[in-house]
Formats: sequence, structure tokens, C-alpha cells
Amino acid sequence: MGFLDIDNATKSFGKVEVLHNVDISVQEGEFLVLVGPSGCGKSTLLNVIAGLEEVTSGEIRIKGEVMNHVHPSKRNIAMVFQSYALYPNMTVGQNITFGLEMHGMPKSEREKAMYKVARLLQIENLLARKPGQLSGGQRQRVAMGRALVREPDVFLFDEPLSNLDAKLRVDMRTEIKKLHQNLGTTIVYVTHDQIEAMTLSTRIAVMHNGHIQQLGTPNEIYNSPSNLFVANFMGSPSMNLLPVRINVEGNDVRAETTNGKSETVNLAFHNPSASLREFNGKNVTLGIRPEGLTDLEGADQRSKHVETINNTVDVIEPAGSDTFVTTTLGNTECIGRMRADTSLKPGSETSFAINMEKAVVFDPETEMRIA
Amino acid sequence: MAISSQDTAIRTGRITRTFIYLVLMLFALFYMLPLYVMVVNSLKPLSEITGGGMMALPQVWTIEPWLKAWSTAQVGVQATGLKPYFLNSILMVVPAVAISTMLGALNGYVLTKWRFKGDTLLFGFMLFACFIPFQIVLIPMAMVLGKLGISGTTAGLVLVHVVYGIGFTTLYFRNYYTVFPTELVRAAQIDGAGFFQIFWRILLPSSGPIAVVSVIWQFTNIWNDFIFGASFASGNGAPMTVALNNLVQSSTGVKEFNIHFAGAILAAFPTLLVYIVAGRYFVRGLMAGSVKG
Amino acid sequence: MTIAQSGMDSRTRLQGWLPKLVLSPSVAMVFVFVYGFILFTVYVSFTDSRILPFVGKSGEPAFDLIGLSNYQKLFKLSHWEIALTNMGVFAGLYIIICTVIGLFLAILLDQKIRGEGVLRPLYLYPMALSFIVTGTAWKWFLDPGIGVESIIHTWGWESFSFDWIKNRDFAIYTIVMAAVWQTSGFVMAMFLAGLRGIDNEMLKAAQIDGASNWNLYRRIIIPQLRPAFLSAFVILAHLAIKTFDLVIAMTSGGPGRATELPATFMYSYTFGRNQMGIGSSSAVIMLMTIAAIMVPYLYSELRERK
Repeated sequence: MGFLDIDNATKSFGKVEVLHNVDISVQEGEFLVLVGPSGCGKSTLLNVIAGLEEVTSGEIRIKGEVMNHVHPSKRNIAMVFQSYALYPNMTVGQNITFGLEMHGMPKSEREKAMYKVARLLQIENLLARKPGQLSGGQRQRVAMGRALVREPDVFLFDEPLSNLDAKLRVDMRTEIKKLHQNLGTTIVYVTHDQIEAMTLSTRIAVMHNGHIQQLGTPNEIYNSPSNLFVANFMGSPSMNLLPVRINVEGNDVRAETTNGKSETVNLAFHNPSASLREFNGKNVTLGIRPEGLTDLEGADQRSKHVETINNTVDVIEPAGSDTFVTTTLGNTECIGRMRADTSLKPGSETSFAINMEKAVVFDPETEMRIA
Repeated sequence: MAISSQDTAIRTGRITRTFIYLVLMLFALFYMLPLYVMVVNSLKPLSEITGGGMMALPQVWTIEPWLKAWSTAQVGVQATGLKPYFLNSILMVVPAVAISTMLGALNGYVLTKWRFKGDTLLFGFMLFACFIPFQIVLIPMAMVLGKLGISGTTAGLVLVHVVYGIGFTTLYFRNYYTVFPTELVRAAQIDGAGFFQIFWRILLPSSGPIAVVSVIWQFTNIWNDFIFGASFASGNGAPMTVALNNLVQSSTGVKEFNIHFAGAILAAFPTLLVYIVAGRYFVRGLMAGSVKG
Repeated sequence: MTIAQSGMDSRTRLQGWLPKLVLSPSVAMVFVFVYGFILFTVYVSFTDSRILPFVGKSGEPAFDLIGLSNYQKLFKLSHWEIALTNMGVFAGLYIIICTVIGLFLAILLDQKIRGEGVLRPLYLYPMALSFIVTGTAWKWFLDPGIGVESIIHTWGWESFSFDWIKNRDFAIYTIVMAAVWQTSGFVMAMFLAGLRGIDNEMLKAAQIDGASNWNLYRRIIIPQLRPAFLSAFVILAHLAIKTFDLVIAMTSGGPGRATELPATFMYSYTFGRNQMGIGSSSAVIMLMTIAAIMVPYLYSELRERK
């Protein structure tokens, strides 16, 4: 049993089921990110935890106590909303202390708590202002202050950074991470941004169509996606997924595909598993991340197994720190990550290094990972 | 529904523009005409009107018609002037506006932030009530007011106007609160605020503009009402509009047109004042009642 | 957002019921005073009752149910027929003229007019006035004895005649005139709001496409004002059917019955002649007419908003 348990939770609106048997157990101090495309049910799940919506079946427990019928204000949670939801008619200070006031805390204690939080978030100079006079980043801080001041068991964040511009978003991301590290609080955080999910979380739950697709550490999610959806959704540029044929020859297992000139290419797997062997002669989907498809000098030095192929360069996209190169494998456009100073030209022929140690394989029918 | 000016892409020539201004001025004169007639003729002796000088400025300026209309003119059977009826209207309008606006605000709050199954249908029933021809309720209303013992009283009229006003006030607040961020209500719930605390502390402080719209609309409508006043409050309890009509229609004696005009302006004065001071909100109220808010 | 209704503490449960509790007085009032009363009036229209309160001294009902006779009688009354004819003339002219003037003024005002801020309130202020007030002004202004006719006479045109308000054949048009004066500014505001809501970049695109001003309005702008036309029609139609005060103030339905409308008919039959049954049936007809216009309109408005 965890600190926050979501036990077989289902949520329906009328006949539409938006959450299907969700099971998550969050430990104290964990930073769980719920990530997925819009409409995947992540915000509904957050609202269910908050008590703003009720589960149709299943249980929500905090510290072992069933919360299903407990009013949001009595679950000892705090929530930071996408729009910040600052009360427009109150000053920053009043916004922060409103919840304490509602819970009957005496004024002197409220103010003490407010100053403590304001100092922590460096918004002491804003306390007398109205939300309308604040910048986006300042509002974000106040919204967090309002949550922090309650000293809740669980913090809930509903896409808190999506209304900020790109630079501020990165800064605030770091700040949230710092807060989590310093305060050791339990956080459930909803976002559609997979980079936010990767950078912030201790664990990620990838959601799609109301189902948890995969629940694991950022490393597990990124390197061992359990199905095609997760593989495709996490990572930017996303994972290259190309059709290949499995050929077993003695100890070796090879993936057979074609390059840009329709010549056959064979890629040997590293330590092929038994389950992969069973697919001998069948078509499967091979997944290679862009950083696993590089120029020879850029190949991972620690990798135990790198395959080299020759192929034509289709498109070059310099991105500053790297240069992304498009090439065709198995009639699929694949993106490789090259050094920033690469001298390649579109149409030219070059050698690509493929890190087979990190390659993954999916069954195209079940969309589940084989190896 | 703001109708503020913006850049239009349409360009017009100089002659067309002159023509446009001319037409607009003519219409302005047309709309001003009755007001001009009322004001000018309320300030001249009766003889100047009957002599065919209705359009002319007064030769002798006098405020006597105003004084007479206010305090000594024959309204119905008594020569009390319009003063007591003006007070009747005030006593009717103030509570009716306050109660119907308050109820409308609460209804709008419930219908947008505490939605339940069938709430839109319920609102539809409330809204349709604004548009019924009041003839359909006159007979039973007369009976019920009699049964309640408030027939012919100001209290009776307050009840009537609250009942038939809440549809509109609910409409205003509902449309306004629909765009009020629901996340704020959720945040307040998590903060531990209850139903009324959320209303008082979060929504109401931001409801200034729509409250003004609602108050102005209700004030104008109730002050200008005639059919309920005429049906349920004849005699001493009559509101201003009914009294003005009695003054104008009284068939005894000489028709003192100047007093009629002065009386008409007195009856128009409160709503006209509101219009001048807060016309913007008045137009918003009008529009919200017709086009979606 | 709905909070759980079962298995929670009492304060939370109360919170769950509060919204409905708060709404209920208003709902109750509307259902009793509007829909209850409507049913009652419908019931009265099926009886031969003549006076309030419908019961004798010992409590026995002072009326009989007579089915649809009142409606049959109503439609045989020449008085009602006049009221209906007048309604047709009045509503038709009123709606058309208001719409034309309203649209025309809105288009003119939308030409970046200097002084729009002054003109707009001038066109709209009649809406703030009571029909009794404006009726009084128009009544005397149109009166042949002291008003327009007499004014023109003193200006030297001795043979000029304008006695519409006293003329059975023309009196209804004076009501139209006053009603148009009162509401056309409002219609203007509705159209102006519609015009201001049209995307300016689209108009620029049309001009680059070579559309003349005339074509711009005929082909692009006016077709986009459909919602404004619909709203204007619904509002004007329902105002027309409810027109009562203005007639009372200007002509009291006269001369003769020349300006009688259903609203004034109902009033005089119910309260003047104590013909409750007939009065009720005429009110029911009025309600049905308004409902035929308003119910589909409100239905579509409320549906869209979901």
C-alpha cells in the first residue's frame, strides 16, 4: 500500500467511460507525472484524486484512508491549475491565505505561514498586488504559494506550465524540481509535454484513451516502452518505427529491411531473446531512437553492439546543438541525430551507425513490445 | 456584446459621406422630436400650445406646469398631483429590483457552477416566462393577490415584478457566470470554501458590471410597467405610469397639455437619468435579452 | 462538477443539496405564477365564468364548463376580428419598418462616423422611456387640434390636413409610427453589433477581390447578419403581440375600435365587461402565438450553448 492509492478506478460520464480500471500506487515523496495526448483521461484522473469528480467505481486512498466521499477541502491536498485560478478580487496575500482562512486558522498564524511561503518563492514584494497586475511567471509562483501554504499531503498540478512562454517554462520547470527536492513532497503532475514528464518525474504514467499504457521510471518509459503508443509518444523527435523481417540463423537474429535505394540491409540484434526468435520469418516493427541512428563518430562509445549501413541523406535539419538527418529505411522516413558540424548534403551517401543495443521490437498486430 | 467602434474596411467618397451625415442628422431630429415637444411645451403657458405654437420655443417661460403636475394636478378624482404616485413607484421599484437581482445572481451561480441534470431545461422554463403576454396571468394573479391580502398594495406589485423579472436577471447572471472560470470555483472548493462562501467571496466581487446591467434593466422595466400597475393597483396605490395615464386621459375640464407634458417628463425622468448616466449598461442589458450574451 | 451524494459527512451532504435548495424558490415561483397561472387561465377559458372569484357564498362554483364555446364565440366577435386584423397590419408594418430603418441606420453608422458616440444614444433613448410617456407625447403631437396639423396651419398652409389619429381608417398607422420611433433604435443597435462582429480581414479580402461597396453589403455582409435578423424578428414580433400601453396612452383603442389589438381586447373584455371566459380565451390565443415564435427560438439558443 502506498501513500496515495488509486485502486481499480473507473470513471464514466453517462455511457462514455473515460477512465478504465486505473491502478496506481504512489509512494511518499514521489513525483508522479501523468502524461498523454489531450482527451486521454489524465485531467479526469487528477480531478478524481482531488475529489472534484467522483469515481464511478474503485477507490481513492490517501495514507490508507478511503477518500471517495470526502470533500476536496478535507482530503488534505492542494492543486495548482492550468489557468492558475487566482481569485481576481483578492490580493496575492489574500489568495495565499484564503484556504487557511476557510479552514479556520487564526490570522496571526496565517500571516506567518504566508510570509514563509512568500520568502520561499521570492514573491514577498508582490503580496499586496492583485493577480491582474502580475506577469505570467509571477502568477504561477502565487498559484504554487497558495498550494504550498496548506502543507498538504499531496500536491496536484494540472498542466501548470502550459500558459507560459518557452523560456519561462524551462525556468519554472527547474524551480518545481528544486522545490520537490528540497521539500520532499508527494506530487501528482499532469502534462501533455513529454519533456516535462521526463525531466520532472520520479515515475511516469503514460495514458491513452483512459488506459494506463505504461507506468515506470523515466528511464524505463524511454528505453523500454511497453507498446507502440508509448514508444511513439515519448521522445522528440519521436522513435523511428520501421517494418522489418526477422531472420534467425543459428545464434544470430537479424532484422531484414531495405535502404533508400531498395537494397537489402541486415541488422543483427544484440543478445536476441527467445521471444524474438519465435518471430522467425515474420514481419515486426523495429524501433530506433534518433540518437541510435548517428554518424560513425557520433555512435555511443559505450554501446556493445553498433551496426553500420550505407544510406542516402534525404533532408538536413540543423537544430543548433545537433543536426537531424532524414533517411529512408524500410520505405519509412527515419530521423538520425548527427553532430552539429556535420558536412553532409542532401542526396549524398553516407555511413550510419545504428546502436542495436538500444533497439526495440514490437509486434505490429498487438502493438506490444517483443524485445 | 460591445458595440464599440472599430476600423471598417469600407471606404466611401466625400459626397456619399456628406449624404450619410445628412441622413443621420435627420434621424437624430426624428428621435429627438417627441422629447423636444415634451420639454418645450411643459415650459409654456397653455394658451401658447392651443394657439398652434407647439413647435415654437416658449414666449413666456414658466415652470408652473411642472409644479402643478407634481403637486396639484387632478389625477383621477383627487387633486394631489403626481407626487404620491412617484413615491409609490419608488417604493415598488427599489425592493423589486433588489430582490429580483439577488435571486437572479444566485440562480445564475447555481445554473452555471453547480450544474445538474435538466438544468438547461429548467432555465428554459424560467426564460420563456419573460416573454409571455402578461394577459395570460392577469386573472389568476388578481385572485391570488386578493387571497394573500396584498391586492392593490405596493407589496403586491413587488411580488408580481419579482416573479416576472427573475427570468431576465437569471439570464444575465447565467450568461455572465458561464464565462467565469470554473477553475476558480474548483480552487475555492479545494481551499475549503462552501457554496455561499464561494458565491460571496469569489463570484460576487467580480459581478459588478452584470449587476449594474441587471439593476438598470429591472429598474427601467418595472418603472415603466403599466399593465400590472393598471390591473392590480388602481387608486391611491397606483404607480407613476398609471397616474400619468389617468392625468392625460381625464375627461373633466380643460385639457392642460402643458401639465401633461410636464407629467410625462416627470414619469420619464428616472429612467432617462439612468440611461444618461449608464447607457452603456442599458444597451448591454437590451442586447443580452435578444442576442446570446 | 458534482460532489458525491452518498456516504459522506453531513456538511458535505448539505453542500450537495444547497444549490438546488437555493434555486428552488425561484423555480417554485415560476412554476406557480407562470405555468400554474397559464393552466388556470386555460381552464377559465373553458368556463362561462364572468366574475371573480368564481365561487358563490357557500363555496359552490359559480360557473359551468362549456368546452370550446368561448373560442367559437371569440372568433365570431367582430370586435376580435378587428383586433386580429389590426394586429396583422400593425405587426407587419412594425416589424418591416423597424428592420429596414434599423439596418439602414446601422450600416450608415458603421462608416466610421465622427460623432457616433453622440448619435447612437440619441437613437436608442426611446427604449428607456415608458410607452405611456411616449404615447402621451405622440398623442398630443399628432392631435389635429394642437399638433402637426395646427402647427402647419400657423406656418401658413391653411388647407393642410393630418387627422390620422382621429381617423378610423388611419389611426392604426399612428400607433405604428410611435412604436417604430420607440424601438427602431434598438434594432439599429442589434444590427450594429452584428456588423461589428464581422471579421474585418474578410472584408479587406473581398475588396481586394474587387467587390464594390454595394456588392460587399449585398453579397457578404448582410447574409452574415442572419442571426441579427432572426433576433430582431423574434424580439419585434413578441413586442408587437404584447403592445398594450402604447395603444392605451395614444388612443385607448379608438376612435371606435380602430386601434384595438388583442392585448387591449383581452383587457377590456376581462376587466371592463367581466367576460372572464372570453378574455381568457383571447389571452390563450396570444400566448400560443408568442409561444409559436419564442419556443423554437429559445430552444435553438439554449441548445447551441451546450
